[in-house]
Amino acid sequence: MIKKTVEDVTSALEGVKDGMTFMLGGFGLCGIPENAIAELVRLMVTDITCISNNAGVDDFGLGLLLKKHQIRKMVSSYVGENDEFERQMLSGELEVELTPQGTLAEKCRAAQAGFPAFYTPAGYGTEVAEGKEIREFNGKMYVLEHAYKADFAFVKAWKGDEAGNLIFKGTARNFNPCMCGAAKITVVEVEQLVPAGELNPNEIHVPGIFVQRIFQGTNYEKRIEQRTVRKRD
Amino acid sequence: MLDKNGIAKRIAKEVKDGYYVNLGIGIPTLVANFVRDDISVEFQSENGVLGMGPFPFEGEEDADIINAGKQTITTLPGASFFDSATSFGMIRGKHVDLTILGAMEVAENGDIANWKIPGKMVKGMGGAMDLVASAENIIVAMMHTNRAGASKLLKRCSLPLTGVGCVKKIVTNLAVLEVTPDGFLLLERAPGVSVEEIEKATEGTLVADGDIPEMAI
Repeated sequence: MIKKTVEDVTSALEGVKDGMTFMLGGFGLCGIPENAIAELVRLMVTDITCISNNAGVDDFGLGLLLKKHQIRKMVSSYVGENDEFERQMLSGELEVELTPQGTLAEKCRAAQAGFPAFYTPAGYGTEVAEGKEIREFNGKMYVLEHAYKADFAFVKAWKGDEAGNLIFKGTARNFNPCMCGAAKITVVEVEQLVPAGELNPNEIHVPGIFVQRIFQGTNYEKRIEQRTVRKRD
Repeated sequence: MLDKNGIAKRIAKEVKDGYYVNLGIGIPTLVANFVRDDISVEFQSENGVLGMGPFPFEGEEDADIINAGKQTITTLPGASFFDSATSFGMIRGKHVDLTILGAMEVAENGDIANWKIPGKMVKGMGGAMDLVASAENIIVAMMHTNRAGASKLLKRCSLPLTGVGCVKKIVTNLAVLEVTPDGFLLLERAPGVSVEEIEKATEGTLVADGDIPEMAI
């Protein structure tokens, strides 16, 4: 067994520097690497590029990094629900690259799986396709999209073992598995870190080969953005 | 004239037995409330769930189980979770039978705009561009006119496009329309709405042949 465990978030983020490109898992605030984000705030790394489907809310998730002006560029598919983000974007302080959600996921997966680029129909005929190679297959038009290159991927899983094998819970899975192994170093924080052998190999979502560092996360807030419920009859 | 629930109710009739359906945010989300319960349908949410159920009972919300609108949800027996690349593989690979989404503008050539108002609102396209580029069966759910009273069914879209030539059917508060080479073909009128009223609210070419039936909801 090749051991991937590190002591804590500080050792997990060793090597993080200004100007780097990070991938961060999560959809809205669901399945975000809360511990890694808090540590990035503490380290005050700046001039960073973040590849993340969303940009958090004003006071949580990536919103915490935005508030401190640590982010130079955001690569996302949807950035509503964040006033500070909108302000920085419209004033030109923040560079924003909006990418269709499926393309964003696939650009991560392509990096993970060793594809330099791929064709997708998403965005054909729109401003997203401007300046990109277009090619026809079987009568339909496709846009060439390139795999991302990132320095670190910050991933949140539910359970993980010492070997870096991961299991996700519910829709907190989202972009997290696609980002594992898609950056030079993949750092995973988990709610439950267990010894090797405790997870059933049949039930692993992401094998440990895609993970360089894994640590036991702490103090998860797991905020709910839209608490919708129904009344009991 | 229909309200948002009325639009959802009419669209629910388009949902057939055995369909996998992707619902967008807003009016489309309401469609799930009106689907007949004697047919088998699974709702897909692009953030990674098939087999979405209703909102949870108070106290049973789980931060790890949400829909694309970031609302807490439940799952039904037979549900599954998956990652975002798999989710869009379902969409791109045409495994989803019906896509229902909102729009700011639809043009008579089937173009759709729903993600950006330059200089004003830039929230992003989310999964909309992937959905409209691949889905073969797309229904747009929207009000016929915007808040300023201007038509949302146009000759050409004025806003940045989400997709080209992809919309087939539109259900608004006033009408059910089909996108055809000749323009918006009027299929049904909302209860109490005349063809003239629909013509007035439609900037694009409206084709109204013969007697147009009122929607049965």
